[in-house]
Amino acid sequence: MSAVSAEAVSGKVRERGAVRPRPVGGEPAPLAPRARLLPALSAVYRAQLSRARVARIPLLFVATFQSVGIMILMRGVVDGGDEARAVVAGSSVLVVAFVALNLLAQYFGQLRASGGLDHYATLPVPPAAVVLGAAGAYASFTVPGTAVTAIVGSVLFKLPLAHLWVLAGVIPLAGAALAGLGAALGLLAPRQELATLLGQLGMSAALLLGVLPASHMPAPIALARDLLPSTYGVEAFARSFDTHPDWLRVAADLGVCAGVGVVSLAVATWAYRRAAVR
Amino acid sequence: MKQAAGHAGEPVVCSVRGLVKTYAAARGRRGRPADQEIRASDRIDLDVHRGEIFGLLGPNGAGKTTLVRQLTGLLRPDAGSVELLGHDLVRYPDRAARLVGYLGQQSSALDELTVALAAETTGRLRGLGLREARAERDAVLDELGLTALAGRPLKKLSGGQRRLACFAATLVGDRPLLVLDEPTTGMDPVARRAVWAAVDRRRAERGATVLLVTHNVIEAETVLDRVAVLERGRIIACDTPAGLKELVADEVRLDLVWRDAPPLDVPEVAALRDIAAETGRRWSLRLGHAEARAAVAAVTGGPAFAALDDFTLATPSLEDVYLALGGRAEGLVKG
Repeated sequence: MSAVSAEAVSGKVRERGAVRPRPVGGEPAPLAPRARLLPALSAVYRAQLSRARVARIPLLFVATFQSVGIMILMRGVVDGGDEARAVVAGSSVLVVAFVALNLLAQYFGQLRASGGLDHYATLPVPPAAVVLGAAGAYASFTVPGTAVTAIVGSVLFKLPLAHLWVLAGVIPLAGAALAGLGAALGLLAPRQELATLLGQLGMSAALLLGVLPASHMPAPIALARDLLPSTYGVEAFARSFDTHPDWLRVAADLGVCAGVGVVSLAVATWAYRRAAVR
Repeated sequence: MKQAAGHAGEPVVCSVRGLVKTYAAARGRRGRPADQEIRASDRIDLDVHRGEIFGLLGPNGAGKTTLVRQLTGLLRPDAGSVELLGHDLVRYPDRAARLVGYLGQQSSALDELTVALAAETTGRLRGLGLREARAERDAVLDELGLTALAGRPLKKLSGGQRRLACFAATLVGDRPLLVLDEPTTGMDPVARRAVWAAVDRRRAERGATVLLVTHNVIEAETVLDRVAVLERGRIIACDTPAGLKELVADEVRLDLVWRDAPPLDVPEVAALRDIAAETGRRWSLRLGHAEARAAVAAVTGGPAFAALDDFTLATPSLEDVYLALGGRAEGLVKG
């Protein structure tokens, strides 16, 4: 039956398609402008950042305490040298993995499961703005925790504080790689619980493969370590504790993070488009 | 509000033809048989005119939300066409976001933002500049009486207030068509009035068109110009609320509430039981005028009256229309 006319109800059904719609003024109506990438990205970023005040602060403390706790524990096992650098660098990057990978995967998983993506999908906003805005905000959440962990660790293991500025490169680039990965996992996981599980597993991998000294690892685990993007953030940061750091290799490690970041954020953007329109 | 007669000559804003959407059957698992595939939209035809408040009425699961999701580009139909203001939405689903202001049922994307930031961010993502978005945000919050709550996060608000805040976000960034999926759920009467006043203002000043999903029959009767009644993915009737009610104009509705057990030893009462829809101690009957008079006489006199707690005799509502058309009774809300 047709809803085209009231007559349909009383039985006089008109032939379907007999009533041609008349568009407004004969011409298609003008479309409202799209939101441009950068303004939309900054709007999403600001909104996500404000969520930290409401929802995320306790978890940011947890991330920092976890890393500081691990360093205190490891102090009984490790006494200086390469291993101490690996522990401090690994614990610092672990904060990034906790927030950018684990929490972002959970956030997108929850948003997708609850239908929250519809809100963005019915606004004329570029998918990249939503993904990059959220990823950027989560990477920003890691700044205080990572800095605190790095300083506490350096003092604890008597490492030089001179090159801590390298964190200014490590946090955004490792943050991009891990947030991209977290967003992609959260958006691709078929179920919300799976998104949470994958985020947790990613963080556990970053913990075990990043904090434990690489020299004692069996070959398959060493390979897994090489495949994990957070490793390159850990290595770059660990190298900066040398008296004369090899900046070329630091740059190469950060370059890997950047490359993984570009790819994973592109995948996350594709996953967002896929998840938003079914 | 104006009736549809004022809109019939207006251009068509939203035109749907032969829309079909089927959800695949869920596979059976151990101990559970496979679900049947569900036809959520079944050959739907629909025309909405400029300036109309057009409603989709039906119980949960009738296919209302599936239909609006196809009109907002969120869901691709299996077959059929959707034309919005002259744009083919099946071919260009992205255009919906630039034509439609959509209020969905979920608020999880905005829950942790303050009311003000939710409205402002939504406006910016609708393409407004920062200053414009803030000006519109302030105007809309003021219009809806939300200014005092502007600094509160949505998740700290009551259900009705949160819904109103989401409605505010929908209004920031002007759109010619508003699609509202159960906008007044959980709202108190003051908030409801604010919603309908804001809708009316946009219609009067800018010729905005509103497509409204509801399962509330009282709301449907009072605010809608025209209403399409949905049942199992099909439109079973479409007219003005008054026009629909004419379908059952020769009937009245009699509700009887018994104190305890109904006096079935009274033959007239026993006869009524066969045609009554029973919910606990309440019997609902749709009767012709003469039959209703006889039934009222029977239950208000003699031994039946002693057993009667309350009775109402009313002209038919859209719920009666819905039942007369063969709809399932449960799922529609009164009030």
